Amino acid sequence: MTVPLAPAIELIAIDKSFGPVHANNNVNLVVERGVIHGIVGENGAGKSTLMSILYGFYEADRGEIRVNGEPVRIRSSREAISHGIGMVHQHFMLVPPLSVLENVMLGAEGGALLSEGAGAIRKRLGELGREYGLVVNPDATVGELSVGLQQRVEILKALVRGAEILVLDEPTAVLTPAEADQLFEMLRVLKGENKTIIFITHKLREIMNLTDRVSVMRRGEMVATFDTAKTSPPELADAMVGRKVILKIDKGPAHPGPVSLEAHDIVVRDDRGVVRVDGVSFVLREGEILGVAGVAGNGQSELLEALAGIRSLSGGNIVFYGDPLPPAERNPRAERLLGIGHVPEDRHRVGLVMPFEACESAMLGFHREPVYGKGVFYSRGAIVSDAEKKMDAFDVRPRAPLLKTANFSGGNQQKLVLAREIERNPKILLVGQPTRGVDIGAIEFIHRRIVAQRDAGKAVLLVSVELDEIFALSDRIIVLCGGRITGERRPEETNPQDLGLLMAGVSERAA
Amino acid sequence: MSAPLKPLPAWADVALIPLVNVAAAFVISGFVVLAIGENPLEAVQSLILGALGDLEGIGYTLFYATSFIFTGLSVAVCFHAGLFNIGTEGQAYIAGLGAALVALHFGFLPGYTLAIAAIIGAALFGAAFAAIPGYLQAYRDSHIVITTIMFNYIASAIMGYLLVNVLRKPGQMNAETTPFRDTALVPQFHEVLAHFGIIWPVTPFNLSFLLALICCLAVWLLIWRTRLGYEIRTVGANPTAAIYGGISPARVTVITTLLSGALAGGVAANIILGDQHRLILEFVGGFGFVGIAVALMGRAHPVGIILAAILFGVLYQGGQALSIDMPKISRDMIVVIQGLVVLFAGALEHMFRRPVATLLARRTTQPPI
Amino acid sequence: MEWFNAFIVVFASGMRLAVPLILACFAGLWSERSGIVDIGLEGKILVGAFASAAAATFTGSVWLGLLAGIAAAVVFSLIHGYASIDQRANQIVSGTAINMVADGLTALIGNAIWSQGGRTPQLPAEAQFGVINWPFANEIGAVPIIGPIYQHLISGHDIVTYFAFLLVPLTYWALYSTRFGLRLRAVGENPAAVDTAGISVRGLRYGAVVICGVLVGLAGVYLVLSQEAYFQPHMSAGRGFIALAALVFAKWRPWPALATCLLFGFLDALAIRLQGVELPIIGPVPVQAIEALPYILTVVLLAGFIGKAIPPRASGIPYVKER
Repeated sequence: MTVPLAPAIELIAIDKSFGPVHANNNVNLVVERGVIHGIVGENGAGKSTLMSILYGFYEADRGEIRVNGEPVRIRSSREAISHGIGMVHQHFMLVPPLSVLENVMLGAEGGALLSEGAGAIRKRLGELGREYGLVVNPDATVGELSVGLQQRVEILKALVRGAEILVLDEPTAVLTPAEADQLFEMLRVLKGENKTIIFITHKLREIMNLTDRVSVMRRGEMVATFDTAKTSPPELADAMVGRKVILKIDKGPAHPGPVSLEAHDIVVRDDRGVVRVDGVSFVLREGEILGVAGVAGNGQSELLEALAGIRSLSGGNIVFYGDPLPPAERNPRAERLLGIGHVPEDRHRVGLVMPFEACESAMLGFHREPVYGKGVFYSRGAIVSDAEKKMDAFDVRPRAPLLKTANFSGGNQQKLVLAREIERNPKILLVGQPTRGVDIGAIEFIHRRIVAQRDAGKAVLLVSVELDEIFALSDRIIVLCGGRITGERRPEETNPQDLGLLMAGVSERAA
Repeated sequence: MSAPLKPLPAWADVALIPLVNVAAAFVISGFVVLAIGENPLEAVQSLILGALGDLEGIGYTLFYATSFIFTGLSVAVCFHAGLFNIGTEGQAYIAGLGAALVALHFGFLPGYTLAIAAIIGAALFGAAFAAIPGYLQAYRDSHIVITTIMFNYIASAIMGYLLVNVLRKPGQMNAETTPFRDTALVPQFHEVLAHFGIIWPVTPFNLSFLLALICCLAVWLLIWRTRLGYEIRTVGANPTAAIYGGISPARVTVITTLLSGALAGGVAANIILGDQHRLILEFVGGFGFVGIAVALMGRAHPVGIILAAILFGVLYQGGQALSIDMPKISRDMIVVIQGLVVLFAGALEHMFRRPVATLLARRTTQPPI
Repeated sequence: MEWFNAFIVVFASGMRLAVPLILACFAGLWSERSGIVDIGLEGKILVGAFASAAAATFTGSVWLGLLAGIAAAVVFSLIHGYASIDQRANQIVSGTAINMVADGLTALIGNAIWSQGGRTPQLPAEAQFGVINWPFANEIGAVPIIGPIYQHLISGHDIVTYFAFLLVPLTYWALYSTRFGLRLRAVGENPAAVDTAGISVRGLRYGAVVICGVLVGLAGVYLVLSQEAYFQPHMSAGRGFIALAALVFAKWRPWPALATCLLFGFLDALAIRLQGVELPIIGPVPVQAIEALPYILTVVLLAGFIGKAIPPRASGIPYVKER
């Protein structure tokens, strides 16, 4: 008679608060050994906090952790590593100027002099490469590697330290569908060797594809655990949100009008001079939503910045209602005057000024307009009432124009940005990642407003890494990969797999 | 994002913590005084009497405070744009050159317009000198902290050369210019009051003080009530968002340093036109650095700056008296206090949050007796 | 031949003038590579100088002076470290505070003890670092070319100078070939990566700050115990800032930093040599121009040739665990 093996990980009654935010509320989780166990939940559900506790980044306020049946205290990453727990973070924990070898050695150098341990680690890297197909050049500079290869280094780091339990936090956020499949294959091989894998994601497709068991978190609580084979995406989505989820919004047909914006062979470089947009041409009409799909990091950000006038063009030109835009007019200020609104991808870093009052953030970009005060000085009354109008129109809560921008939730911050850009009645609206970090209720509201703009005859360019969003909103879709357009589709003529191929660089306009 | 700070009631944030920070600076200074063998309480007594004990002391105190308001405003304006301007010392010095050149060569101007022109000259020279590191930061990415420090030394060298070789009054041993004519001077308060029959002791306290107060109002209006001020604050808070909002951080940087240098020129008005009546060597005497402490202590807000400036005025005037009563406590003590204020009000400003929060929490849960 | 010998002598003088710059520069290098910006080098030079002068005056021992100078600078370094690491302060403000406190405190205490306006008494020769002459320096010195180089550049410096030059390959080796160096470089670029690898970010940064204190204290010690033989208020005269400029210009790399410091030292020595000398067209070089030269040069370097000098990525940013 065989004694059943203790579960690899048990989290018992884990409780963690950050001030008023109750990130983990009496969470229980049992992960059996040799299993791929998924954890799903919306943004802010508490998944990352839970894993950070497991990895020793934080300590729980209450609760117990058991590894392989033994109660343990994990107070630091070092202790987690010593218990065989390895983590692949969503934002890579790599040092770009150092080599792959140096990055892998960091913390496991094997001696006070680097020369002592380097040989052994090189050897181990070679072995792991052959075993799992995780081949990377040890002397390459990490900063120059592709995102997929960088992730390999992250995984190798964990394996070199002898991780038996591997935690991956949203690993496919930066991978093409093909790269994601490669990753899944590798994870299956690891599972075959009795390694335990915890896989955090918000993509239900991946859960169904990869995992054996799945746990759902919602608002800091562990809500349900299923055998993956016995559940379905709708059931999981329900558990994630707590109510019936509408994944599509009602959208009437588009009535595209005249051409408002044309891009001709645009070339854009990033801050280091590397070409990120490599000869992109498209046409944007009034009354339609053009969706730009693609895995993050393929030039969409630079394209958006160039269109908005934040980044200069290294080649090609932009035509606005038939007239080419000269460089002098390609800056945010001139473009706003022309009627080009821009909802940036990153509201924290770009779209809002967090320490400012909400009413002041609501002025950003339009602060020179006379509505805020004729003459030299501002009128506080005018500023506040303008903000109130915007907040009313876009249901921003709380209705407190004097509250610091940082104190609003993500969804309300995003609505504030939209209110600002839309209330000025632009002819063209450039929108980047409009629902990143936004709760479901606000997502529906924001999507409706974007469609409303299109119905009012505006031209909308939507950049998003969320295929669901692209499909839900776009009238036409172009796909960017490696800075080039690999294909153009209508949403009704395509599906995620087809787009996935295009996102992976399988171009129709093959060279 | 930054780590969550312990939440405190608003009044504690605005008033109590800054007071605690400054108190810490003084307590440590007290220990230093003890260490060199003097009695801190006696020292404080001597200091306060020297500064506020009589009208003469008060006059000197306010005279110094005037300079500190100008340098504090100068540093504060740059703070709002996210710039650390350590060069106020040199900018004020060069501003003195501007004042002197106008005072000496524009004598054809009638009445007090000469004094006004001299003040404008000071502001222009100060602004220009500050704009060089400003421009270098904006368009060449040269770190403004290092360049302004370098420019302080360069200013010293330039002014030294000019005063010794070019501007020196012929036949003079000292490196200083000819005294200015009366119409170039900013009247001192005791003279003005004498016109109304009020007798005050002779002190260098002059009308530049009023100019300083006007500048405080002007800076407040500029920073919080104008479009330029909005742009300055946005660049200081989030340069990326500023660019997105159609603001040019480079342009704002240059304008801010121009304003900052112009404000530093007020020191020249106060000391050169209001007291010395001629250009002398090293007249700024470290007041530019006091401005950093004043701006930090005053949280870069004109009201706070006025209060902090008066406090440092007390320290300087009192420190003079103290160094006579207790020679062991030289004027350098004030620099130590100044540094400690910068340390506690600037660098360690959150150090006392937790103990204060705990203390406040405990008091509110005390059952009423 | 004469001008060659003269050049060598000036260069040797430049080497010695560069020593406090090299020490301060490398102090800054260790600190900044770990992510802590330190503009308080100037103040710490003063503290090291004063403490060493005071200790040497009281005990008559040059080695006790050395220890005192280093210890004092390390204390101030730890204050800056505490503010920067544990209090997550604005590091420029903290450095400025250190400079002010050091400037005032050294003058104050110096005056309180000796009442000479802050100056310390002249140290006797036994309480200073003496010149070390290598064997046969005078004899070999007669040989053309190699001779003067041996006599003036290699031989004839004090022990601190030799250490300063040894410091460069030592630093290079430590940074790139040891575990500590790897971790330090990593923590200055991405402290989160170091933290998740199970290494203490705090420990590394405090370590760097202590190394910085030792080296910058040594710079101050050199000014007193090797160069001037007494302490005078403000005697650092901006060297701490010039060292910082040299560090930026060298893009935080050891060998270019040495070269830059030597350049400044050489120009300083040259300027002293040219004092009073009548140059064609200009006439006698004004003393103020000579004084201002290193500062002007620093500005020119910062404005002109650097382009984008990219510091360690985490430089100046306090490390906070992400939520």
